[in-house]
Amino acid sequence: MRMAANDNVAVCMKGVTIEVQGLARRYGARWALADVTFTVPPASVLMVAGHNGAGKSTLFRVLATAIRPDRGTVKVGGFDLVHQRQDVRKLTALLSHQSYLYESLTARENLDVVADHLGISRAGVAAALEQVGLASRAGDPVATFSAGMRKRLSFARVLLQEPGVVLLDEPYGALDPPGFDLIDSVIGELKRRGATILMATHQLERSAKLADRALVLEQGRVVWEGPAEAIPC
Amino acid sequence: MLIAALRKELFLQWRTRGQFIAVFVFGAAALLLFSFAIGPNAVALRTFSAGFLWLGLLLSSTLTLAESFHAEMENRAMEGLLLLPSDPRALYYAKAIANWIQLAILGVALVPVMVVLYDAGTTELPKLLLVILLGTAGLSAPGTLYAAMTAQLKAKQTLLPLLLFPLIVPALLASVKATSYVILGDPMNQAGSWLTLLAAFDLIYWALCGMLYERVIED
Repeated sequence: MRMAANDNVAVCMKGVTIEVQGLARRYGARWALADVTFTVPPASVLMVAGHNGAGKSTLFRVLATAIRPDRGTVKVGGFDLVHQRQDVRKLTALLSHQSYLYESLTARENLDVVADHLGISRAGVAAALEQVGLASRAGDPVATFSAGMRKRLSFARVLLQEPGVVLLDEPYGALDPPGFDLIDSVIGELKRRGATILMATHQLERSAKLADRALVLEQGRVVWEGPAEAIPC
Repeated sequence: MLIAALRKELFLQWRTRGQFIAVFVFGAAALLLFSFAIGPNAVALRTFSAGFLWLGLLLSSTLTLAESFHAEMENRAMEGLLLLPSDPRALYYAKAIANWIQLAILGVALVPVMVVLYDAGTTELPKLLLVILLGTAGLSAPGTLYAAMTAQLKAKQTLLPLLLFPLIVPALLASVKATSYVILGDPMNQAGSWLTLLAAFDLIYWALCGMLYERVIED
């Protein structure tokens, strides 16, 4: 956890509750999310499932404050998503479909940029690269990386942020089987450290072993919610 | 935060320095073409040299400004920085300062081309440098804001100059006038008032664009 800097860190260490109430978001005339309501307890893992276009990515982008909701309220660690955006951002990290990486910079330089913007030491960069298995490619430009390596580097970017809330949108996408195991072990480690984790995935059986609860989205609505092991496949 | 963002901007510029050379060649080519339009009239070439220099710089600036957001949009890297979180104003000022530095270097690099093509030399180099610094600051501040606005649009190459050029007419006019007085002589000491106008334009737009940037880049 990012323990050094501010009061929010105390919230991170205790774990962060996410409360979503009547959340809705539309693109033009189409509602991507409609009346979504759920709560994620601190230090737990919620699996979000659903077909392509069900609204999973939109939900994660709203929770990460990348886009604003049209209706509803969301509290992350007690902070309002709309009015206390920067406080929410201090608590959350998003692994998105977009890598958020600079193509012309190397893997290490990309993480250095993140460390510099967070105001933390660059000392953690090497450890993050080691953790995702990219230490030997640290000096190579991202432009030369495969999709799987980019995913690993994006994951290292998330780890460097040491967030209280981790939003993983398709964390297994583009990865090879060793990559799957890596993600599983890191998620387990984050959970042990007390992070609250939301994970959107199509790898239902695999994710159900890691998650505490699950919800299924269909056309932007929650159609099922319950224990992860009982998720309808 | 500003230092970290500026370091990143300068680093990205250094990594894509080939682009700067391409923009310089574009600006030099524009100056050459302007000289063809006037023909072999040494007096006219020298008289209009300041205008041509700034038109060349203005046309080149749209390439520089648009390119400065290319890396940010490629993998939504700018969004990634915002979510860290980063202060949008720090991101803006870092980008605007980096663009300013690049445009000022481009302006200085185009001066020898202007001297050779238009026989428009001057001994008042510090004053010319001051005009270039103030003039390029006037291009960079609103240019960076508009480049951010248009970066995600398909027609960005068209929209950026369409939005930017009308806005910077006062800065362009003041820069051309002040440069003309530096090159052709300033017996009535009129360059000072144009420089004051330019400085006021810069002050207003650097403050205003910094405030508006968050609204432009946030959803």
